[in-house]
Amino acid sequence: MNADMSTQASLAAAPEVATGAPAPAAAGPVLMDCRVEHIFYGSFLAVRNAEVPIIANEITAFIGPSGCGKSTVLRSLNRMNDFVPGFRMEGHVHYRGQDIYAPGVDPVAVRRSIGMVFQQPNPFATSIYNNVAFGLKLNRFKGDYAERIEKALRGAALWDEVKDKLNSSGLALSGGQQQRLCIARAIAVEPDLLLMDEPCSALDPIATRRVEELMLELKQTYTIAIVTHNLQQAQRVADRTAFFFVDTSAGGRTGYLIEYRPTQELFGDPKEEQTRAYIRGDFS
Amino acid sequence: MTPSAATPPRLPVARPPTAWQTGANVVFRGLTHAFGGAVVVLLAGIVFEVLRHASPAVSKYGAGFVSGSVWDANRNEFGILPEIGGTLYTSFWALLLAGFLGVTLALVLSQGFLHRRYEVVMKNVVELLAAIPSVVYGLWGIFVLVPLLRPGAAWLNDHFPNFPLFATRLSGPGILPASLVLAIMILPTVTAVSREAMAAVPPRLAAAAYGLGATRWEVIFRVTLPTASGGIFGALVLGLGRAFGETMALAMLAGNAPNFSWSLFSPGNTLAALLANHFPEAGEFEVGALMYAALVLLLITLAVNVVGSLIMVRATAGLRGLR
Amino acid sequence: MAPPTTAGRAGNNLHLSLGNSRTLLDRVLTLLAIGLSLFALFPLLSVLYMLLVRGGELLSPSLFTELTPGAGMEGGGIGNAVLGTLIVVLIASVLSLPLGLLAAIYLAEYAGESKLGTLVRFAGKVLTGMPSILAGVFAYALVVVTMGSFSALAGGVAMSVLMVPTVMLTAEQALRAVPEKMRMAALGMGATRMETTLRVVVPTALPGILTGVMLALARAAGETAPLLFTALFSDYWFEGRLGSPIASLAVLIYNFSGSPFPHLVKLAWAASLILVFLVLVLNVGAQLIIRRPQEF
Ligand SMILES: Nc1ncnc2c1ncn2[C@@H]1O[C@H](COP(=O)(O)OP(=O)(O)OP(=O)(O)O)[C@@H](O)[C@H]1O
Ligand SMILES: [Mg+2]
Repeated sequence: MNADMSTQASLAAAPEVATGAPAPAAAGPVLMDCRVEHIFYGSFLAVRNAEVPIIANEITAFIGPSGCGKSTVLRSLNRMNDFVPGFRMEGHVHYRGQDIYAPGVDPVAVRRSIGMVFQQPNPFATSIYNNVAFGLKLNRFKGDYAERIEKALRGAALWDEVKDKLNSSGLALSGGQQQRLCIARAIAVEPDLLLMDEPCSALDPIATRRVEELMLELKQTYTIAIVTHNLQQAQRVADRTAFFFVDTSAGGRTGYLIEYRPTQELFGDPKEEQTRAYIRGDFS
Repeated sequence: MTPSAATPPRLPVARPPTAWQTGANVVFRGLTHAFGGAVVVLLAGIVFEVLRHASPAVSKYGAGFVSGSVWDANRNEFGILPEIGGTLYTSFWALLLAGFLGVTLALVLSQGFLHRRYEVVMKNVVELLAAIPSVVYGLWGIFVLVPLLRPGAAWLNDHFPNFPLFATRLSGPGILPASLVLAIMILPTVTAVSREAMAAVPPRLAAAAYGLGATRWEVIFRVTLPTASGGIFGALVLGLGRAFGETMALAMLAGNAPNFSWSLFSPGNTLAALLANHFPEAGEFEVGALMYAALVLLLITLAVNVVGSLIMVRATAGLRGLR
Repeated sequence: MAPPTTAGRAGNNLHLSLGNSRTLLDRVLTLLAIGLSLFALFPLLSVLYMLLVRGGELLSPSLFTELTPGAGMEGGGIGNAVLGTLIVVLIASVLSLPLGLLAAIYLAEYAGESKLGTLVRFAGKVLTGMPSILAGVFAYALVVVTMGSFSALAGGVAMSVLMVPTVMLTAEQALRAVPEKMRMAALGMGATRMETTLRVVVPTALPGILTGVMLALARAAGETAPLLFTALFSDYWFEGRLGSPIASLAVLIYNFSGSPFPHLVKLAWAASLILVFLVLVLNVGAQLIIRRPQEF
């Protein structure tokens, strides 16, 4: 029990960024060293061989055809897959030098530092204010709530639209506003790493633009990993891009990593044939 | 090791869960499991308590209890055959009436006979029927229904004195008023469950029959009712389960007579009414016998409800192929 | 639609015709069905009419402030029974709501397809279908026999047995209706299961849960059979002793319905009016809560 507690405590507190394996073409320190060997759902092998180190203060994009396991890998970075019965991962995810799948680690503590924005907007059925305050309350935040909430809503480019109706329901907002509310909710606790699973798929181009600008601002302070189907979006925002593909050769549908490189290089000069074909649009 | 030059800023808000949060979570989890289990324990406890208190009587009277027809607490002689007969007999009439009316109501409520608005009103009114406490129906039965039935009953008895159903006079409480009120009480169950079964019939089946030129009632008799028959049957069985267990209307209207008669106008008794009427003043021996009777009632209703639920499961499974 | 013609011919005539036996039968059956449905509503109308006319007769403030009169006496009221019903229902709520709600949370948030979950759900269904008088038998065996006397507590225990399955099964449904993505949002921020359940799922499902609670309360308030030989009756005010018998509207109606004294029968009608009013208010309240538009 004591050992557990100290592990948890240092998870959030460890100030230095320790890294296991250096990233390929590493520019900054590796915040999260993710090395997936296999991910199973029950007996179904969903993903194999994906090594995606995430660099601090960068935006990392995951792209690839549907079903190749982008969400699966992303969700295993803050142990959201723990809720899927039958989920099993081989490999490791080291966050600030600690294995988040190590036996003593509390997944709740992991998720406090590693936030997530989902594909579908999912605000709570309560006021806008309470939605954003949720994470603060969870973390027993003792400071100025109003200030934090305004900061988060400004950060999510939603403040001007909702500042007069903070007490109205979060569900009464438009889909795009709801998604930005969810982003505000996630960044209110200033997570170390923000995971975003197709955050713009429910948004119109203008709202999408806003969210992209927001991500570029946020990366000054935070680190972001984003799944997207929009190749232009990856090119606009991502420093580094991981391209996943599906292997159907063994009869199953197993996703795996084809290449993971700085975005400019990946799109400018793809090394692999599948990548070239995918970004040309041959598979869609 | 990479240099820690570009260290991200300290995390001002996010912190691991406090010991209290983690502990409370574990306790809460245990608590919900325990309370879930407690519901099972509650059911088991009911069965156990009834069994425990009934067991002396069970070993003393054995099967003769079920076939005996005398209930005499002074002589410690107990039998519940008339009550079993009365339970079945009143429930039969109630089910006959409630089944007919309930299925008709369900048709009216599900087959587009009425404008949507009236359909909703009617549905709420039927639900209202279920909301009125049974003791109020009992009161109504005594002071409205019995006087209303008496002239007709007398006429039938005068003209067909040899017909077994009309062999006696309705002097007050009796099988007929009890069965009628019982029918009212199970009508909402029968209606709601069979309405659901009818609503579950895929519209394209009816559309196919309409396309062949069938009239509305031809569609109902040839398509809707046969397809929903499993569910309707289940509704009737569930209604029967309720009828067996219904107490107050029968305690007030059946007449509390310790004998069985086929005549609709003679008083009778049922298991549930027996319990209601005798428990308050029962001595030690009689309590044992009453517990035995309660056990019999428990077993009967349990069996009927399990059969009803199985039929419902079958019926929904059978419809699955149609979707 | 074309007006019905008198001389309809089956065959090529496409006009709706009452002369056509199929159409005629169709119309007759429709009328019959609607007529029967209206007939089925007659008892309800009659009951409500009688309640208003006969029950309304004695309606006055003293009805609620005075004790039930003895046999053959005039005057008095049903105050002890109104109070008694409220107290028995209160005892039953205290016993059954925590049990029913936590069991519902177990079913909706933890049980999944587990064996215990299936068993709990099965037990709930059996309890729903169990005759209410058996709840009384259980409370009699557990409380009355043990304590040696009829009591308010025994009445409350009997009622709570009836409330638990209703509360549990409706609350489970309400909890299940909360979209999974809301749970994921909370869990994804590092909320524990408990925090997710208590801060997100339960508040969102609250209207549905309250509806179930109110329906259970309505059912409990109207139940008579299990009270007859648990709470029994008392001609006096409740004096805070859970161990002694207590009055209730339902038992009052039963006892006075068989009385040879017209005044007591009148009181039974008045008590019925109050009881039905109470039950209907709870039912309508439950409907209003659930009708409130909700989008997730
Ligand atoms: N909860 C789950 N249980 C079982 N299998 C799952 C689950 N979630 C995903 N899978 C399977 O894992 C594989 C990868 O799914 P995943 O959702 O990660 O794909 P994706 O790349 O995010 O696709 P998309 O672009 O459509 O979102 C798929 O074959 C999918 O069927
Ligand atoms: Mg996905």
